[in-house]
Amino acid sequence: MKTYSYSVKDFFRFYENMLLIRRFEEKCAQLYRKGAIGGFCHLYIGQEAIAAGMKEVTSLDKDSIITTYRDHAHMLMCEIDPKVIMAELAGKVTGCSKGKGGSMHMFSRQRRFYGGHGIVGSPASIGTGIAFSHRYKNDGGVCFCYFGDGAVNQGQVYEAFNMASMWKLPVVYVIENNLYAMGTSVKRSHANQDLYKRGEPFNIPGKTVDGMKIQEVMEAGREACLYARNGKGPIILEMQTYRYMGHSMSDPATYRTKEEVEHVKTTRDPIEHIKSVIAKKQGLKESEIKDIEAKVNDVVEKAADFAVNSPIPQEAELYKDVLI
Amino acid sequence: MTQITVREALRDAMREEMARDETVFLMGEEVAEYNGAYKVSQGLLKEFGSKRVIDTPISEMGFTGLGFGAAISGLKPVIEFMTFNFAMQAIDHIINSAAKTLYMSGGQISCPIVFRGVNGIAARVAAQHSQCFASWYAHCPGLKVVAPYFASDAKGLLKAAIRDPNPVIFLENELWYGKKFEVAQEDAERVVTIGRANVVKEGEDVTIVSFSMSMNRVLEAAEKLENDGISVEIVDLRTLRPLDIDTIVKSVKKTNRLLCVEEGWPYAGICSEITAQAMEQAFDYLDAPILRVTGADVPMPYAANLEQLALPQVDDIIGKVKSYFK
Repeated sequence: MKTYSYSVKDFFRFYENMLLIRRFEEKCAQLYRKGAIGGFCHLYIGQEAIAAGMKEVTSLDKDSIITTYRDHAHMLMCEIDPKVIMAELAGKVTGCSKGKGGSMHMFSRQRRFYGGHGIVGSPASIGTGIAFSHRYKNDGGVCFCYFGDGAVNQGQVYEAFNMASMWKLPVVYVIENNLYAMGTSVKRSHANQDLYKRGEPFNIPGKTVDGMKIQEVMEAGREACLYARNGKGPIILEMQTYRYMGHSMSDPATYRTKEEVEHVKTTRDPIEHIKSVIAKKQGLKESEIKDIEAKVNDVVEKAADFAVNSPIPQEAELYKDVLI
Repeated sequence: MTQITVREALRDAMREEMARDETVFLMGEEVAEYNGAYKVSQGLLKEFGSKRVIDTPISEMGFTGLGFGAAISGLKPVIEFMTFNFAMQAIDHIINSAAKTLYMSGGQISCPIVFRGVNGIAARVAAQHSQCFASWYAHCPGLKVVAPYFASDAKGLLKAAIRDPNPVIFLENELWYGKKFEVAQEDAERVVTIGRANVVKEGEDVTIVSFSMSMNRVLEAAEKLENDGISVEIVDLRTLRPLDIDTIVKSVKKTNRLLCVEEGWPYAGICSEITAQAMEQAFDYLDAPILRVTGADVPMPYAANLEQLALPQVDDIIGKVKSYFK
């Protein structure tokens, strides 16, 4: 396997993408607390290296993506305009789903981003079907199918694994293991906590990856993508990660200690990790970092302004898009 | 006129649509090498190969989700459930995925998929294998629900369902597959529009609305009633969602009496919905209360005598109609 090396310029790009996710999600939390965003809202803070790293190995012109309700970051990494994502969160007609989907149900047909699904475990079956399409059409695409540690206890995941392996479908299952399925820790709910081994009965190889280090995400992602794209069938990546916020905005996260969260933030933060890599490579130039921060903040502010100031859907929208 | 079984009609519909459109494929348990648990897909594997006629493991939730994923990414799956009893394992994907994604995506992601298979009351297979799911699916926005009776409708509506850009539930019946119907030559290639009921027989005194296998009993009852001097108009719904209430209302305006017949349970059933809508739209034209003949409000028993008691019978239909004229 060829080991990729990344330039400082690359790391600045990773930094910018991950910072965009973090600032975007922080803005979501802010708007949620103000009442501008409603319902369930699951934030990605802490897990940024996964979406940003996998972006680097995904071919946006032919691959497909599907994920769970924790979907804002994956939308951003598909290069979908932050404005339409934020507008969707705010329930505005300018949102990607015209305000009818919300935080958990985001889609982009143009980018082959197939959601945004609120039922735990369902992306595994659906993503396997998207991979089935790639193979049927022989279009060279791979489906990147994301779900969490909680989802791997759903039965349909194994029905999907079985079919994907039998039919050698081009799908990369990415398990974002943030250690807590809502409030239940992996230790309390998984008889075997090596989630990358969950494909073993189906002859699906798996690998555990430090999901807080973008280089490791990219390396494993690239290898997995090649495997799937070359017709060898499905493969599993278990990304070891951590979410800093509660499961959703309404979760005070009392099932874990503040010390535990602080420990991860201070020792494993994926964005601080990037900064330290850049510092080692060339010495960290504060001005460059500040420029990126200013650029990202500007993008997020503009997205928030756009969302807040966009019109709500007209009443006639209620009965549209039920059927074609 | 030629004679054709419903089984052949359904198979021909799939064959013609698969020949017409390469993105159409058939997937389900035993559909390929076994030629269908009820032989509906007879010959399709041989004709179209294993890329397009696909045996699945016994994994309803998995292959339904997979079919949905294929549908939203450019293919047109026909998913066969050996019976809709087993589709209960997969109903999450039918409702939460297939029926809602167009709406949740603001119209971006369409889902052209057909879920078809055996529904309704079978013979002596008891509670878990003998029940009608028509009202379950008809309840949900985002789905179309089709339940034909005549072979020409079975074929024409299945062709329409496969061409439809929306998810379509296509309800069949095990006891109906072998039934032969006359099909006119001009009907052989016809696509039947989803959403239109059919006035199967015109009459003056009472309208009977039904669908699927219950039509069998309605037709028999109507013949007996005609012999007793009661003129019956029969409306075969064919599609349960969207409901062709206009055809029902038009008929009620003529006959002023309405009887609804279904095999399913009475509580929140298709007949309940028709009753509500007819009351709202044709109240002033009704000379008598709308009546229903439905399956009994119990899980289907095994014992032969109890099973008959649980099913709507021809005499039940005749009795209700005659009660209008006492």
